[in-house]
Amino acid sequence: MPDTISQTEAYAAPDADGHFGNYGGAYVPETLVPVLEDLKDAYRTYKDDPEFQEEFRHHLREYAGRPTPLSFCDRLTENIGGARIYAKREDLCHTGAHKINNTIGQIMLATRMGKERIIAETGAGQHGVATATVCAKFGVDCIIYMGAEDIERQRLNVERMELLGAEVRAVNTGSETLKEATSEAIRDWVSNPSDTFYIIGSVVGPHPYPTMVRDFHRVIGTETRDQLREVEGRETPDAIVACVGGGSNAMGIWHPFINDDEVEMHGAEAAGQGLYDNHAATLAEGSPGVLHGAMSYLLQDEEGQIELAHSLSAGLDYPGVGPEHAYLRDTDRVQYHPVTDDEALAGVQRLSETEGIIPALETAHAVHLLPDLARRLADERGDGAVIVFNCSGRGDKDMETIAENL
Amino acid sequence: MSRLDDTFDRLLARDEKAMGLFLTDGFPETDATVPLLHALDRGGVDFIELGMPFSDPLAEGRPIQRASARALANGVKMQDTFRRAEAFRAESDTPLLLMGYVNPLLKYGIGDFCRDAAAAGVDGLILPDLPPEESDPLTEAAANYDLDLVFLIAPNSSDDRIRAVDRRATGFVYAVSVTGLTGSDLDGTPTIDEYLQRARSLVADNPILVGFGIKSHEDAMRLSRNTDGFIVGSALINRVEELWADDTLSDTDRLDAVETFAHELKHGVPATAS
Repeated sequence: MPDTISQTEAYAAPDADGHFGNYGGAYVPETLVPVLEDLKDAYRTYKDDPEFQEEFRHHLREYAGRPTPLSFCDRLTENIGGARIYAKREDLCHTGAHKINNTIGQIMLATRMGKERIIAETGAGQHGVATATVCAKFGVDCIIYMGAEDIERQRLNVERMELLGAEVRAVNTGSETLKEATSEAIRDWVSNPSDTFYIIGSVVGPHPYPTMVRDFHRVIGTETRDQLREVEGRETPDAIVACVGGGSNAMGIWHPFINDDEVEMHGAEAAGQGLYDNHAATLAEGSPGVLHGAMSYLLQDEEGQIELAHSLSAGLDYPGVGPEHAYLRDTDRVQYHPVTDDEALAGVQRLSETEGIIPALETAHAVHLLPDLARRLADERGDGAVIVFNCSGRGDKDMETIAENL
Repeated sequence: MSRLDDTFDRLLARDEKAMGLFLTDGFPETDATVPLLHALDRGGVDFIELGMPFSDPLAEGRPIQRASARALANGVKMQDTFRRAEAFRAESDTPLLLMGYVNPLLKYGIGDFCRDAAAAGVDGLILPDLPPEESDPLTEAAANYDLDLVFLIAPNSSDDRIRAVDRRATGFVYAVSVTGLTGSDLDGTPTIDEYLQRARSLVADNPILVGFGIKSHEDAMRLSRNTDGFIVGSALINRVEELWADDTLSDTDRLDAVETFAHELKHGVPATAS
């Protein structure tokens, strides 16, 4: 059974082999075992290397545009009537989402490891664009695997990646979406282990990826802490809300607060057309299993075959979730809530109309959780209660989908 | 002694290379599997790897990906695979291993899976996405039911790693020929002999067999110079796919052709022309 996080003991997951309780680990073909060993060694070396950290901070500041603002949402707060709501503006990062934090970190690691060829998977295209962007900036070859169906749905992002010099390889197997794109990227990696670095786009995959990607995104939470101290005179909010597909933006904003027991954490999963229908609510409806190198919650049938996920938001359209989320779910540190396509669309509308921020469809799932939560927290903790939601990406890429469905 | 150990002992005693053949269960049709396994038997296979289809087979090249998808489209379930293994075992003593990915086993339950596999006459398991580090529960369950548990090594495995895999493996050590997928091209791998010699010198507890990318008798003989035998999967899948796509052939013609294919892989001489 999973451990429970005690009130007094600091959060220490994962263990040395990348296990978050029963989850995580490295379930990979033998060819990747030495590759992951090298990556673990390199990451361990550079994680605490002042020069690496200084260069990382430099790129985040001068290239990605950090720190991102923590915007007080006065009209949204008033519109809902409850706790004070702040948006952590990852939508203002270069390339339009938090994803760039991670790709900068990984490309720095890749070049230090002497890898000359970068591969990545992408669903909506955001991680593909963020990867193609840093490859252009660092002058490295870039190959992006993308499902043929997603290429159709996200034509604009394909054009962006190609303009940035990346080769976009269409994946025509299975559902032709993110799941297959990830499998193809892993197959490429197995076939080219010595010269290729796989920039994984979320807190998924074999150890050390879930930890490493989380750490590269922790800057979201550490900035939030500093900014809250400035504007609210307190370091911790009453709750932090984020959307969870693979779950990288959520881990990035939550992790620096994970030992602050008074901070509630709420994750919004994609319930698609509803939980009895087509959905991607892995934590609500899935069960533990192994996919793409790690043990976590999965959407699978009774035979352990992976099922297809469905969400209007291509970025949440994945039948797995990061192993740390599985652990946080089982230990009750985080509450995960399924949010439907229609509820997300209403979230897009609400944030656009009250705050002048058109959020990504992924982000809009988190917006949906705000009204109930803001009112409850104000009841329980008073009018001074504070919520931060991670405004993880901007909605430009989704305008066609939004226009078709609203 | 396991059936697999007996087979290797017998072959080693007469200095013969073992031939393992892989076929996905339920491919190309569910009714074809048991007759195909018997055809391989008649063709002189020394052990069989029966593939358990999986929706996301990470280590496979296109042929086995296609076979897996086709088997799933045919509705193959784990219980069916056990049933067909049992049907084969009722008429043959050839060692039979199940090969596949770990998730369906986890869903079935590791202990239940090993119990039912053993009851069906299965001799061992190969799971390419389960490295020794994550295999404690399965190692224990497999040992409880006398199932061999094969682990893999790759050209980029360190000496220490190869020794550790050998200590953990039972049945044999599976030496992946290339850093790549099943069915990979073997050309342009000049260091393969060096790697297999190194593996040979480090693997002490088990026989060692080479697989991935072997398409012909010549490939098989070249690669197994430094091993106790070889394994062929994708080339057999491709052959079966061709035969079943040819509407002019009867099922008997197809099974005879598969028998010949197996025989030629091992012996390199055409079976007597009829």
